[in-house]
Amino acid sequence: MLGRLSWAAIPLNEPIPLLTAAVVVIVILAVLGIITIKGWWPYLWREWLTSVDHKRIGVMYFVLALIMLLRGFADAIMMRSQQAVAVGGAQGYLPPDHYDQIFSAHGTIMIFFVAMPFVVGLMNFVVPLQLGVRDVAFPVLNSVSFWLTASAVLLVNASLVIGNFARAGWMGYPPLSELAFSPDVGVDYYLWSLQISGIGTLLAGINLVTTILKLRTPGMIYFRMPVFCWTALSSNMLIVAAFPILTATFAMLLLDRYVDMHFFTNTAGGSAMMYVNLFWAWGHPEVYILILPAFGVFSEVIATFSGRALFGYRSMVLATLGICVLSFMVWLHHFFTMGAGADVNAFFGIMSMIIAVPTGVKVFNWLFTLFQGRVVFSTPLLWSLGFMVTFVIGGMTGVLLAVPPVDFVLHNSVFLVAHFHNVIIGGVVFGAMAGYNYWFPKAFGFTLDERLGKASFWCWLAGFYLAFMPLYVLGLMGMTRRLQHISDPSWQPLLLVAELGAVLIFFGILCQIAQLYVSIRTRDSRRDLTGDPWNGRTLEWATSSPPPAYNFAVMPKVETIDAFWEMKRRGLTAVEPTYETIEMPRNSPTGFVTAFFAVVTGFALIWHIWWMVLLGLLAAAVTMLVFGWSENREREIPANEIARMERARLGLGRPA
Amino acid sequence: MHDWRFAAPEAPDGRASNAQHEPRHSSLLRWLAVCAAVLVSSCHPAGILDPQGPIASAERLLLINSTGIMLVVVVPVILATLGFAWWYRSSNPRANRGPDWAYQGAAEFVVWSIPALVVILLSGVNWIGAHQLDPRTPIPADAKPLRVDVVSLDWKWLFIYPDQGIAAVNQLVVPAGAPVRFRLTSATVMNSFFVPQLGSQIYTMAGMTTHLNLLADQPGDYPGLSANFSGDGFSDMRFTVKAVSVGEFDGWVAQARGSGSALDDPGYAELTKPSQAVAPKTYRSVAPKLFERIVDQTALDPEKARAGKAWCPPEPQAGG
Repeated sequence: MLGRLSWAAIPLNEPIPLLTAAVVVIVILAVLGIITIKGWWPYLWREWLTSVDHKRIGVMYFVLALIMLLRGFADAIMMRSQQAVAVGGAQGYLPPDHYDQIFSAHGTIMIFFVAMPFVVGLMNFVVPLQLGVRDVAFPVLNSVSFWLTASAVLLVNASLVIGNFARAGWMGYPPLSELAFSPDVGVDYYLWSLQISGIGTLLAGINLVTTILKLRTPGMIYFRMPVFCWTALSSNMLIVAAFPILTATFAMLLLDRYVDMHFFTNTAGGSAMMYVNLFWAWGHPEVYILILPAFGVFSEVIATFSGRALFGYRSMVLATLGICVLSFMVWLHHFFTMGAGADVNAFFGIMSMIIAVPTGVKVFNWLFTLFQGRVVFSTPLLWSLGFMVTFVIGGMTGVLLAVPPVDFVLHNSVFLVAHFHNVIIGGVVFGAMAGYNYWFPKAFGFTLDERLGKASFWCWLAGFYLAFMPLYVLGLMGMTRRLQHISDPSWQPLLLVAELGAVLIFFGILCQIAQLYVSIRTRDSRRDLTGDPWNGRTLEWATSSPPPAYNFAVMPKVETIDAFWEMKRRGLTAVEPTYETIEMPRNSPTGFVTAFFAVVTGFALIWHIWWMVLLGLLAAAVTMLVFGWSENREREIPANEIARMERARLGLGRPA
Repeated sequence: MHDWRFAAPEAPDGRASNAQHEPRHSSLLRWLAVCAAVLVSSCHPAGILDPQGPIASAERLLLINSTGIMLVVVVPVILATLGFAWWYRSSNPRANRGPDWAYQGAAEFVVWSIPALVVILLSGVNWIGAHQLDPRTPIPADAKPLRVDVVSLDWKWLFIYPDQGIAAVNQLVVPAGAPVRFRLTSATVMNSFFVPQLGSQIYTMAGMTTHLNLLADQPGDYPGLSANFSGDGFSDMRFTVKAVSVGEFDGWVAQARGSGSALDDPGYAELTKPSQAVAPKTYRSVAPKLFERIVDQTALDPEKARAGKAWCPPEPQAGG
């Protein structure tokens, strides 16, 4: 009846996971309770859960990422503490069985459920506004994408309480992830949640590529798009090209595990090398899926807070597209040590170095943008400067690892761990934080507290260096990654420093929470009434903060790069435009309902509850059919209603 | 030869006594000094910065050269970032504000050519290095090469000496100065064979053979490990490479032949059972063609071995 599920799946005999799970469940119940008591459900359902507004969906992606950042960080600090104490003969407080789940969960969560929702959320929120349009191409699909990601998050976290998570690392390399070596449900949790979120991400990618290619305001030709839109376009094209590889690879591993096939098994002609190749054929483009939008954020922030146009716009676009294409030609550098031979290794080594050229060009262009500018040290700019300094170090160690013989001694060491945290924290996380501080007033109509924002930046920056510079050194000393205990006592001092760094990053996160809290409490004194708090250059600043549901009452006409800057330079028109009726998509529960059945189906697949699988799939199909047959999908906002809202906005705002 | 694994942090006497001259801050300063000293002493050359063979030495040289080439650009970029941002801060009246130039041909040229030049230089380093240090390439030396077949198991290392007819677990004794030719495979999940002070690591994969050539210049004990996560016992999948003189090596072989049990098929079946933190041991003899049968995956199943491997595709060579 319940497949493999039984009471034995609840970790009653393991205090740490049980306690964590209990705390998480209590917090969730408390939040749900407060919402019920306060009677917020109708509002939440109407305005958020069923919303198809790209801005709301973007915000929900971001909130999801922030919550999962806490989960992923809890894993991180547990690992750092374990390695700091389990030295010499000591075993620490986490047995291998648990420690292995923690590092697998940390990687999976940080990549798929923190970094991805951060960048997808930013792109969702910003791209339609920058293009001067009213929504993405497929608003309901957008909601489906988000809720599929959220259901995957739910499944991953369910593994805390029911059963266990994977113990095979975030890459899930077979044969370790095959049934013969991982017979429990951990790898199934990993695979099914990533399959579900992978579909969500693919749909989101298709949506944004279509939006950028097909929906732009009049005059917004490709070479007038803001650089963030270019990076978003490249990133989403990579999503469309790369995520199907991951889905197919995981499908093969699932066939191995569920119906005894032999794609990647040790026996019967399976080849684990194939998995490793396919995984990184997705995995390396994935790195650029994450970092390209972050580059876009820095381009916007540095130009805005230097008070001048981004230097080398065409170079930036060319570099972005170059990275986009090259990112598919470097995957083998993740396994130089597989013995592929000198020619193959050298080819992929050189390709990996070539990708550093467009990246270097970007750094120089940011540098030239600062040059002779009027640099305002706001929180987003601090994150950007922190990024520039940190990222060139990470880039350097990356190019170092692209030299095959150097990789032969540093592969899988904590030097490698330090390198990719250097680029992912220094690049993607700093980018997300810069974007968060930069676009928050646009989303909510008030600015974030600068003092706490800066405190958070300095904690993160110092914490990052304290946590990861020791790992570079330890990697050179021969320390490999994923060690549950450490044999060499001379490594302990540096591991303690790394632990201190993790604590400092924790203070950074606390400052961010405090920043949000303080800013909400003092929002009345920090209202952004102009819609343009930073003297911005691109179209998102041309509308009010927060923008109305339809973003722009009249589609802006674009004649140059930095369209809004040009409008301000020429002086805004005093003539009131004639407003027209706007058609907007109606809110739809399709995404939420689909996701609910995705959770049911995923959970049933993980536990082999076949009747529930059928039920879940059937219900999801019915949901789609019902949506497909519905006709009443749009609502009209009459012209006089728009005129009223616009007059109210302009009356409050600065004189036109 | 020093034992880098147990080098204790040196006491920070000098710095601590200096700190005492400033009584008000002495505790903080002393604490900082202790931290600094501990860090400095824990950074003494070890691991791959303390190479003990030609492969590891060449790899360290490549590491240092490549870092040096890149630092030529990276350091100025970092300084320029901080310098530009600070000098052109909006409150600096002395800063010279330029026009809004979004494009400037000469600057664009510089912007593309600096990283391109660095990468062209490094690509040469890359191509030559990848070919000279290919793990398959035999190391030229006067001494007679030693052949060792390596098998990763759950969770220990088996070293078979095909020419000597002996085997060892979690202990690799080699003559110093002689090239060692490894053939490697796995009887279980993927692992990576790595001796940091001797150089290159390489994956071990079931059903496949990888090749590696290493050489230890001097006698000594060098820690080895698995560098690819392989499950619960992974952290203890360590072994020691004992590089000894030729005479000592012959003595060790003779001793191994005269003691311990035989690694026959039942002995091997016993060895494949998962175990953790296994103490080093030797086997006086090895079943014929054991390594080849492990690669064929017929070592645990004599029936299958007799029936040939009709059910299995031909033995793939990793990346062959």
